[in-house]
Amino acid sequence: MIITTSKPFEEVLKELEGEEKVFIVGCGLCATTCETGGEEQVAEMKARLEAEGKTVTGAIIYDEVCHELNTKRKFRENKDAVEAADSFLVMCCGAGVQSVRESTERAVHPACNTVFLGNIQRHGHFMEKCSLCGECVLEDFGAICPVTRCHKGILNGPCGGTDEGKCETDKEKDCGWTLIYNQLEKMGKLDRFRKIYGLKNWQANMKPGRVIFEKKGEGGE
Amino acid sequence: MTLLIKEHVKPAIQEILQAGKFLVTGEIGPPKGTDIDEMIEHIHLLKDRVHAMNITDNQSSVMRYPSLATAILIKELGGEPNLQVTCRDRNRLAIEADLLFAYTRGIRSVLCLTGDSIPVGDHKEAKAVFDCESVQLLQLIRNMEEGRDSGGNELKGGVQFFKGAIVTPEAIPIEPQMIKFEKKIEAGAQWFQTQAVYDMDNFKRFMEKAREISDKAYICCGLVLLTSPGQIKYMNANVPGVFVPEDLAREMEDAPKEERLSTGIRIMARQIRQCIDEKLCDGVHIMAIGKEDVVPSILEEAGVDIKKM
Ligand code: SF4
Ligand code: SF4
Repeated sequence: MIITTSKPFEEVLKELEGEEKVFIVGCGLCATTCETGGEEQVAEMKARLEAEGKTVTGAIIYDEVCHELNTKRKFRENKDAVEAADSFLVMCCGAGVQSVRESTERAVHPACNTVFLGNIQRHGHFMEKCSLCGECVLEDFGAICPVTRCHKGILNGPCGGTDEGKCETDKEKDCGWTLIYNQLEKMGKLDRFRKIYGLKNWQANMKPGRVIFEKKGEGGE
Repeated sequence: MTLLIKEHVKPAIQEILQAGKFLVTGEIGPPKGTDIDEMIEHIHLLKDRVHAMNITDNQSSVMRYPSLATAILIKELGGEPNLQVTCRDRNRLAIEADLLFAYTRGIRSVLCLTGDSIPVGDHKEAKAVFDCESVQLLQLIRNMEEGRDSGGNELKGGVQFFKGAIVTPEAIPIEPQMIKFEKKIEAGAQWFQTQAVYDMDNFKRFMEKAREISDKAYICCGLVLLTSPGQIKYMNANVPGVFVPEDLAREMEDAPKEERLSTGIRIMARQIRQCIDEKLCDGVHIMAIGKEDVVPSILEEAGVDIKKM
């Protein structure tokens, strides 16, 4: 799940300065769960913008705004409202915003900050456990990610800042390395911790990342 | 003056430790800015009283005059630098390049640290690097000593350093610390300075465990000057891996205001003496944190004169 938070309304208003007619896009998946771009938030945004004197030409919510073809289709289906708009306010992650970018030549504005790929721990509690490093090492660390859950991404054990299981950066956050150590100990696999991990390949996913399926049945036997 | 120093001479730290003598090191914290006069005074004050001086590297993630420049300055002023290198602000390319430069300027001793995190410092919005960390840094240097950078490319002229690292005797829990200590040795650490130690009984227990793991790595006890009851309270509450025991805290509390500094001096002198007399470790590392001018008094009170050791 992509975790987003809402930008302050004043910031959104500033983005829309000089634009009278706005089309709002919300997302039925992540942004709905994060309560940043679901039905309720889109309706509220519409009302607040109208109260500020804007005209909302249309507002749609659909699954996977990040799906570019899907977004193009949704825009075609809502042709009139889309064409009447000066600009688009996108209430979901940065990927969704840029998906909308592919569907129009007009101004596109983000309504959210995109913060991390997160786990849902319970309603309204999200936690980053994977930072998409491109070369997963979970196998060696008891399925607890040192790259993400240790603030410094250390692969070889806790820093001197670990404090009774909490991280030096934030007493509210667990020290990832204490978690890993306890896990490996429980599993009787401390030998994995004893092993030295050399420099990590931080270019395993060279930015901007790109994956393309190989076509089956081509080239091979 | 010759700027390029190519021949390999053993750094003083290595000479002293390998000769089985007790090592005494101090610390220089570079200032924030170009006014380095006071730092130069401190270097002059310490250079003949300690075997070597650590130079902190943007300590506590606070931007300061560079550690490498200070190390060279110490060298030029006739002192012995122990260059601290952290992984927070530089990636592997930058660290390797700095090490090449350091070597050509006669720096022969480096202390490898991961570094504090960005949020504890004064550039809270900076991007943290951590391309590598302490264990990998030790390995990286060892590779450079074998003639290769971390990209696997051959070096035209290599390096050789006496490689140090840090260990935290008062970390809770201690077990993962000890495993990491062992890994650092395996990665090439030849000697250790500990994080601040106050509880000498705990330090003794730590030393027993450490000696069991390795009888080859030298270990020097890190001591931080106590200056007030407030500082003690602050450290106990906020500095991970640092614990000032009850009796020392009381000794400081009982001291009248004007005698706090001399109480701190007395406490540290006593600890240094204990390390020497009870042969607890291979040396001490004195961190006076801004009060470098009292280091001579500490050494005097401890009866330590490196010229007579
Ligand atoms: S190692 Fe961590 S950051 Fe990398 S892919 Fe695995 S879980 Fe994600
Ligand atoms: S305290 Fe733990 S999680 Fe935080 S940086 Fe250190 S090792 Fe990593």
